[in-house]
Amino acid sequence: MNYGKRNKLIGLRLKRSELFTTLLGQFQKIPFRNSTIKMNYRKRNKLIDKSFKLIGIFSTFIGLILLAYFLVDIFYDGLGRIDLDFLSNLPSRKAEKAGILPAWVGTSWILGLTAMVSIPIGVAAGVYFEEYAKKNRLNNFLEVNIANLAGVPSIIYGLLGLEIFVRMFNLGGSLLTGAFTLTLLILPIIIVATREAVKAVPKSLREAAYGLGATKWQTVWTQVLPAASGGIMTGTILALSRAIGETAPLIVIGALAYVPFIPSTPMDEFTVLPMQIFNWTTRPQHAFLVNAAAAIIVLLFITFLMNGIAIHLRNKWQKKVNW
Amino acid sequence: MGKEKNIKLSSKNLDVFYGDFHVLKNVDMNIHENEVTALIGPSGCGKSTYLRMFNRMNDYIDIFSKKGDVLMDNVEIYNKNIEVEELRKHVGMVFQKPNPFPKSIYENVIYGLKIQGIKNKSILDEAVEKSLKQAALWDEVKDDLKKNALALSGGQQQRLCIARTLATEPSVILMDEPTSALDPIASSKLEDLIFELKENYTIVIVTHNMQQAGRVSDRTAFFYMGNLIEYGSTKKLFTSPKEERTQNYITGRFG
Repeated sequence: MNYGKRNKLIGLRLKRSELFTTLLGQFQKIPFRNSTIKMNYRKRNKLIDKSFKLIGIFSTFIGLILLAYFLVDIFYDGLGRIDLDFLSNLPSRKAEKAGILPAWVGTSWILGLTAMVSIPIGVAAGVYFEEYAKKNRLNNFLEVNIANLAGVPSIIYGLLGLEIFVRMFNLGGSLLTGAFTLTLLILPIIIVATREAVKAVPKSLREAAYGLGATKWQTVWTQVLPAASGGIMTGTILALSRAIGETAPLIVIGALAYVPFIPSTPMDEFTVLPMQIFNWTTRPQHAFLVNAAAAIIVLLFITFLMNGIAIHLRNKWQKKVNW
Repeated sequence: MGKEKNIKLSSKNLDVFYGDFHVLKNVDMNIHENEVTALIGPSGCGKSTYLRMFNRMNDYIDIFSKKGDVLMDNVEIYNKNIEVEELRKHVGMVFQKPNPFPKSIYENVIYGLKIQGIKNKSILDEAVEKSLKQAALWDEVKDDLKKNALALSGGQQQRLCIARTLATEPSVILMDEPTSALDPIASSKLEDLIFELKENYTIVIVTHNMQQAGRVSDRTAFFYMGNLIEYGSTKKLFTSPKEERTQNYITGRFG
């Protein structure tokens, strides 16, 4: 009765057999229509899928091809120029005699001094934020802005270094000024890396130390820092490899482009590999461009080596961290 | 149970808050020397929080606050004169998940002594042997004390954590579900160990395992929603509980 009522309402009066055939007809039609829609839909999705994959491969290859082209070009120009003389000669007005001794010694000095200054400060600040700082507005503000500092253009740090270290502290264009300036540049990176590494240390490890009567400092020094050291080192090495590639801030603080001596104390004036490369590329003679290419290979070698160490440490650390 | 033993730990009108949340409500309880006291109750009833009051582990929670007294040997341990690091040498703790340091077995055991500045090798060696023997681990590891603690099995790791605690010569050991991460065989070994340790130590153990509470403890306290519902000898509590809620919980009807 209810059926009849409803059928009346929607204007259909069908016998049961009629209803059946009608439904069957619908049944036959609809799957067909549906499947064509579905087919189109599927095809489109597959197409999107495929094209995105192609775009992805293409994008990857743009980077790789450009890098490969650059490497091949540099190696073609410069590899033949690298020999013991090139590494052990002072720069010269004659391209064939010129070497990069002061440049790579300067880079080593800068690397060592910057590491010595930036690592203790950066790690201490990172540990402070994670272990000691109360979660209040001031610290929140500081945290956000340290992350922001990592994005400030390097030449601005150069200007800061010029004002503070060269003028206020009268350090001149010395290795010390360079190291301090580059420290400013990479501190934010080290702080952020330290924080991430310290954050990843499980709470249970801290509880174990506290439970045995360790003070906060003892817990941090004997347990948290060793457990976080892999992550800290990875971040620090990447930061340092950025520092030794910098040119702009060092030009601003007055590092020299032509240094016919080897710096022997932190107060000596200096040059670094990127500055030497910059200097040579501005010369018109082709022989100097060859020198620049050779110096670039040396700089790349150092950078790749450092990044390789960082990757190695990261892998080792990730394996160890699953307690 | 024979003669009443000395009261080692106690709380008087203890209220604990995490921010606005009232975790423990007016808990009055005495824990006796050289006994095993089990704290039972459903998750979130406050038993772990109560356990952690005795070595002040809750101090690390920013929003923690308390009212009332917590006493050890009749001394208020939240008093300003009490150094929390000193307290923890006397009140050791074993955690839910075995948490050895990622160092050698030897280094793990001497950690508590090393941070006190003890460097004498013969003292340390002696402490390692003594603690590992007490924790029933010595025979399994004595030939390889340089082995990394993380290479031990879960049960061995937990016994190492107990040995590490024993090395600082505490008088109280707090255990927060020490067997929950262990298999049945390792668990029963640990229970045997607890039974042996109570000769010399006062042990407070939080457990979710009723049979375990029944097996190892002399007294049992049942917590529910921050209240201490019932506390008494384990035998009595398990056979003829006074409260219906206790009865329901230990028979597994809720919780």
